[in-house]
Amino acid sequence: MPSQIVSLVVNGERREFIAVPGATLLASLRESLGLTAAKRGCAQGACGTCTVLVDGRPEVACLVAVETVAGREVRTLEGVAAGGELDEVQSAFVDCFATQCGFCTAGMIMVAEALLERDPDPSEEDVVEAISGNVCRCTGYRPIVIAILEAARRRRAKSPQEEAVAR
Amino acid sequence: MALLRGRGYASVNYPTGMNLGGDPSQALIHATTTGTFVISLSSVDLGQGIKTIAAQCAAETLGLPIANVLVDTADTDTGPHCMGTFASRGTHRVGNAVIMAAAEARGVMLEVAAEELEVDAADLETDGTGFIRLKGAEEKRIHITDLALAAHFKHGRTISGRGIYLKEPSAPVPETGEMDPDSCQAHACTAAVVEVDDETGVVEVLELYNAYEIGRALNPAMATQQVEGGAWMGVSHALFETTEPYYPSREHGPRDFAGYLMPGPADIPVQHSLFLERPAGNGPYGAKGIGEMTANAPIPAIANAIFDACGVRLESMPFTPERVLRGLDALRLKVEEPC
Ligand code: FES
Ligand code: FES
Repeated sequence: MPSQIVSLVVNGERREFIAVPGATLLASLRESLGLTAAKRGCAQGACGTCTVLVDGRPEVACLVAVETVAGREVRTLEGVAAGGELDEVQSAFVDCFATQCGFCTAGMIMVAEALLERDPDPSEEDVVEAISGNVCRCTGYRPIVIAILEAARRRRAKSPQEEAVAR
Repeated sequence: MALLRGRGYASVNYPTGMNLGGDPSQALIHATTTGTFVISLSSVDLGQGIKTIAAQCAAETLGLPIANVLVDTADTDTGPHCMGTFASRGTHRVGNAVIMAAAEARGVMLEVAAEELEVDAADLETDGTGFIRLKGAEEKRIHITDLALAAHFKHGRTISGRGIYLKEPSAPVPETGEMDPDSCQAHACTAAVVEVDDETGVVEVLELYNAYEIGRALNPAMATQQVEGGAWMGVSHALFETTEPYYPSREHGPRDFAGYLMPGPADIPVQHSLFLERPAGNGPYGAKGIGEMTANAPIPAIANAIFDACGVRLESMPFTPERVLRGLDALRLKVEEPC
């Protein structure tokens, strides 16, 4: 099987690159596109450090053959900070000390983004369930749960005014 | 069949540092042209927070905002020496080295400021917001950015400092075994509340109460994080982790994240943590080490709580349902014997 040219919309921008047969989405992001926020922890779908959003849904990028998502929208942590400013999830992670070594952080933030997108007011159980596919070996998880709940609060507090401005 | 609740506690003393062959760490600090103080270290931050602690120690000593400090741990080949971040030594050794380096740099900073302001260096103080000013005449002041520029381009001075903390080697006295292996000791106690299901043997840790005496907590939020993240690891050792459940047989040995279980976000206890602060005489601003000890006390505390809950005294980790059930069976046999 020859290599092929794959095109993805990554963080809102169309990107084209050559993918060797069997290249995963994770390897393509990291090696072909230089986007290294998504991490390779286990390469078998069990740790969640490689989580990115494909059409808004969290996917473990290490298990996705890149040609199967050709043409789709991929969002990585690099696309989260709008204009270099941290968004609510990122700033809540900072303020709530939800990161130590940081290896899990990119994946945790991406599942949190997806959760808050579909449910702006999640319960604690919803948050626990959302991150249950993501392994953290440092924090004991509690600060991460608190940070995501805090991010939801901040986003809800912000959106009414933003909508007003937009109108 | 019932859910049995029990409580247990355990305490730990933990040494800071380890100096059988001497235990040094060094720090170098210098001001850039615009007044950022760069700390060069070979001490690696792998999430424990040594960069934050080093920056705090330097900012406090220099009398400047923490935003004026940059910690560079880029290269252990070219950086000043560090024995390593182990033995709960980072905050203590590196913190002390940084304070020494920053104190020397502060001395130069004040000397240059004295020349700029045409006053005596002994009459100067820092205001904590970035200015060096004349005591009692606050309008006579200079900002660190202007001062660093003047040092470089006008006075030909390098605002810099060197620091090292060395705990000298201590060999045991052959007759008595006596030695001085550490610099100070931190203390902690954890009380665990558990629930044991006497039908399934499953142990759930409901609550952990952690009390830590760690000298001064230089960064209380990070220290709390260390305590609670470490306690999570303790719970994991106590209830989940083993590579060889049927040693020496490899049967059922886990091979990956999916098989090597550790507590997930739904398995975590509620934690209550507090610090008793008794500054250590030789610690940086009184701090002791807190790194490794945090996983220790929860394990025996959980074992004791299981004993309190159901009378089973477990002596090997992890405290799996199988071990709990075997223990309960043994207890029942014992009770039945006399009849
Ligand atoms: S690297 Fe993809 S789930 Fe672990
Ligand atoms: S912060 Fe280290 S793995 Fe989560």
